[in-house]
Amino acid sequence: MGGRDGDKGVLTQGTRLGLVTVLNEAHLADVTSSQASLRQFLLGLPSVDQVGAEARAATLASRSIKTTAKQFAIDLAISMIDLTTLEGQDTPGKVRALCAKAQRPDPSDPSVPRVAAICVYPDLVSTAEAALRGSGVKVASVATGFPSGRTTLEVKQADTRAAVAAGADEVDMVIDRGAFLAGRYAQVFEEISTVKQACGSAHLKVILETGELATYDNVRRASWLAMLAGADFIKTSTGKVSPAATLPVTLIMLEAVRDFLDITGRQVGVKPAGGIRTTKDAIKYLVLVNETAGAAWLSPDWFRIGASSLLNDLLMQRQKMTTGRYAGPDYFTLD
Amino acid sequence: MSERLAVKKTYKLYIGGKFPRSESGRSYQVTDTKGRFLANAAHASRKDARDAVVAARKAFAGWSRATAYNRGQVLYRVAEVMEGRRAQFVDEVAAGEGLSRGKAEKAVDESIDRWVWYAGWTDKIAQVVGSSNPVAGPYFDFSVPEPTGVVAVLAPQRSSLLGLVSVLAPVLVSGNTAVVASSYERPLPAITLGEVLATSDVPGGVVNILTGRMGDTAPWLAAHMDVNAVDLAGAAGDDEHARELELAAAENLKRVVRAPADEPDWTAEPGLDRITSFLETKTVWHPVGI
Amino acid sequence: MVTFEYAPAPESRAVVDIKSSYGLFIGGEFTDPADGASFKSINPANEEVLADIAQAGVTDVDRAVAAARKAFSQTWSKMSGRDRGKYLFRIARIIQERARELAVLESIDNGKPIRESRDVDIPLVAAHFFYYAGWADKLEYAGYGVDPRPHGVAGQIIPWNFPMLMLAWKIAPALATGNTVVLKPAETTPLTALLFAEICQQADLPPGVVNILTGAGETGRLLVEHPDVDKVAFTGSTEVGKAIARSVAGTSKKATLELGGKAANIVFDDAPLDQAVEGIVNGIFFNQGHVCCAGSRLLVQESVYDDVLARLKRRLATLRVGDPLDKNTDVGAINSAEQLTRIRELSEVGEAEGAERWSPECVLPERGFWFAPTVFTGVSQAHRIAREEIFGPVLSVLTFRTPAEAVEKANNTPYGLSAGVWTDKGSRILWMSQQLRAGVVWANTFNKFDPTSPFGGYKESGYGREGGRHGLGAYLVPSERSGR
Repeated sequence: MGGRDGDKGVLTQGTRLGLVTVLNEAHLADVTSSQASLRQFLLGLPSVDQVGAEARAATLASRSIKTTAKQFAIDLAISMIDLTTLEGQDTPGKVRALCAKAQRPDPSDPSVPRVAAICVYPDLVSTAEAALRGSGVKVASVATGFPSGRTTLEVKQADTRAAVAAGADEVDMVIDRGAFLAGRYAQVFEEISTVKQACGSAHLKVILETGELATYDNVRRASWLAMLAGADFIKTSTGKVSPAATLPVTLIMLEAVRDFLDITGRQVGVKPAGGIRTTKDAIKYLVLVNETAGAAWLSPDWFRIGASSLLNDLLMQRQKMTTGRYAGPDYFTLD
Repeated sequence: MSERLAVKKTYKLYIGGKFPRSESGRSYQVTDTKGRFLANAAHASRKDARDAVVAARKAFAGWSRATAYNRGQVLYRVAEVMEGRRAQFVDEVAAGEGLSRGKAEKAVDESIDRWVWYAGWTDKIAQVVGSSNPVAGPYFDFSVPEPTGVVAVLAPQRSSLLGLVSVLAPVLVSGNTAVVASSYERPLPAITLGEVLATSDVPGGVVNILTGRMGDTAPWLAAHMDVNAVDLAGAAGDDEHARELELAAAENLKRVVRAPADEPDWTAEPGLDRITSFLETKTVWHPVGI
Repeated sequence: MVTFEYAPAPESRAVVDIKSSYGLFIGGEFTDPADGASFKSINPANEEVLADIAQAGVTDVDRAVAAARKAFSQTWSKMSGRDRGKYLFRIARIIQERARELAVLESIDNGKPIRESRDVDIPLVAAHFFYYAGWADKLEYAGYGVDPRPHGVAGQIIPWNFPMLMLAWKIAPALATGNTVVLKPAETTPLTALLFAEICQQADLPPGVVNILTGAGETGRLLVEHPDVDKVAFTGSTEVGKAIARSVAGTSKKATLELGGKAANIVFDDAPLDQAVEGIVNGIFFNQGHVCCAGSRLLVQESVYDDVLARLKRRLATLRVGDPLDKNTDVGAINSAEQLTRIRELSEVGEAEGAERWSPECVLPERGFWFAPTVFTGVSQAHRIAREEIFGPVLSVLTFRTPAEAVEKANNTPYGLSAGVWTDKGSRILWMSQQLRAGVVWANTFNKFDPTSPFGGYKESGYGREGGRHGLGAYLVPSERSGR
């Protein structure tokens, strides 16, 4: 995400559509000024037809990505992975192993790119930070009472500050889905902007937990709410709730960041997380990015995939493409 | 004491809820089957046909959007009012068709009952011919019948009342409006029916009745680009004329009910063919989602 | 910024075996035309000659109708509905088994993207045969009386836009109801119909039940006018439809016609905009716009016009135009040189009449028949491009202010085949669908088809319905005292 403040952060005016009928920049401050105005704005967003959105995602998923395009997509996908371990049984040893994998995913092949980040619980941030220092792989930490988010704002702030202090480059927070579903949008907004402040210079990914939001309309509203509150990334899921990331949900979020850039000039990243296990799946997400938000998002700065087992499948597919023979799992490290 | 001088009725056209004389100013003598003078009837021209189509089109929106319940009551009301004029219809049918009084009474009764039969169909036909369609996908999909629009009805030449009602009522059931070219030689029950319609809640323009020679109006109606369908019943037995009318109707793809080789027995139970011939099926799709 | 180029992903042609020449399929066998006449079928994507196709003349039409008559009177009309149904089920299964072959052949002969022939056309073909197979032994329950009868010999003429699907729409209900058929595929797309003839052989369908005559308009005319044809079914242009209506005038032949359209696709300001944009794209660029029910007139509420247009143009920039056999192609080739000329001419008229023309950047192949997706803005009802069916990837955009104005503009056409409505308000959807004089109304979706769903037009878009229970009506004579 390093390039966000550079010239990549804002697309040229020529590519912006200026969807003034939805919102203009001057209007933005008004929108977030009260619960009433937030509610009015979020409920006024164009609705999402479930069947149409799912059909669109399914059509894009049927793209046939072969040969050179597949090679390109595999390397891009590897470079976008937030290699994740979020288990109660995590230990420093486990995290260090993962950090090694992150920097050199295939020890036998140095041409494999490193992943984007390691994603761990706050107490393991320092371990990861030490293991990754100077590697270019970022350290991401979940925070704010992950995964349910059911704790006080004070604790959430403290959780965030601790992670950042321990060396987290990125913070993955969860929103209060209860407050969101109850329509207390201002409360959710406040929480996100407070956590954003607590992040300091660390980048904030806001987890919507779309599996609990029930409708695509809610996914769109939550995406906008998070972006208005200062999210650098919007992220689908904790991975602890089923369904986690899906193609249609990610489609809706990609439309949201595309429109948000259009109106505000600020680019926000997207991170599907959970349930993306195969190369085939990952490529479908990249197609979705390519044809929805556009090529500007085809970078680890703007698109991440939260995953653990996906990496080995990408490596196996990659090896198949270089050697011409099918790969076996025994030849890739299990970390 | 001298006999009272009878007041003779003037039989006129029925267009847009009014009873105008023909635009042509012409009329013709109507006689009974023995050649005795009965009345003068208006000789409708192509311009009368044109006016009738305009009136029918104008009435279409209201009649087709009326509730089926309402249309059913209106058509039932036609039967009620006819019942009150039963004697007059019997006289006209007996004279015009050369029937015994008993047979004429039977024809009139059957005509009134036919209105009752069709009146009951207004709010049932959609359930019989409509459907919900179980498509293989997340969509609710249903088909409903809708009226075709303005229908030109060439009424049977022989059966001046029962035949007329049998071709007119099914057109009206679903919400079409009609321009009727009546029997040439036996027009009087048609005009009297117009008077019944005018006094029985049928909105003006829903039915328009033209008397006169079929050859003067039918070709214009069949060719009219604002007529959606045509029933050629009145051309029964005249194959060449029927063919010409069907050719003219092809110009805007009118729905055509062809003329039979011979006028059928109108006392038979009608079935639904005449209703469904003037229906369009509309299918509506909508996604099902949250 | 990196770019994600999709490498070519061509579907293999190896699955199809195109012969150098094809005869006529009459009485269960391929035979040469009496006068030896033939024409070429070409691949519209590269103008490669695919095969030499027999051209049926008057003698051939006689033979085919005689074969169909014989099959009707000696076999098919005497067969139980159950057995007729089993033949149709058998055909449906073979179509599924040979789906890939049919899809590839369709794309080669027609120019449509393999994605569509593979995912839309051929699956719907199989579904159509399955659907009507099940009706064959249940006709007494279909609402056409206790003993509805087939007409006899059906003469069927189909267009080039959905060659195999239109064949299914015609043949499946005709056979289910006990009619036999003589079918003429379009001149430019005969190959899948000829493959279907092979499928009939493979299914051991009795000879003469299905006859396929290839040829041009003249062959079709001979078929329609043949005195021993009892029923005519046609899908194609309104102009030819009128000629058929005239041709059957004064005869006892029944006709159903599925003709042209100029559908309005109406977008209200409360529409689900991203899905509406997909619906607009699917409405006019699906199958290169060679769709009678295409949403060729976009009516956008003025309050959301700029937004919709911006989204639409951005979306069109992602359309992939090119090789129909590439699995990633969205828009394929125009079916014929003749059709390309018509699309070009009407587009030039659009410009000349003052509408603003726009196309996304796209590189078109050099050989073959191609036309870039095109949008005309500033179009009014008076423009020819808003009134005439272009039958190509050309969208005319108009605006409206109120629901009543949208209805007025949508209905202001001699056609009445389909319409689209995009709005989030349920009561408005129902009101609009009542007001629109069109046989199919797609609300918050577009260009959806299903064998159970009746399809057909109002006004000059034709008469009769295909699909569903209603579709049986075209092929049955209701029994006396039918109760309907």
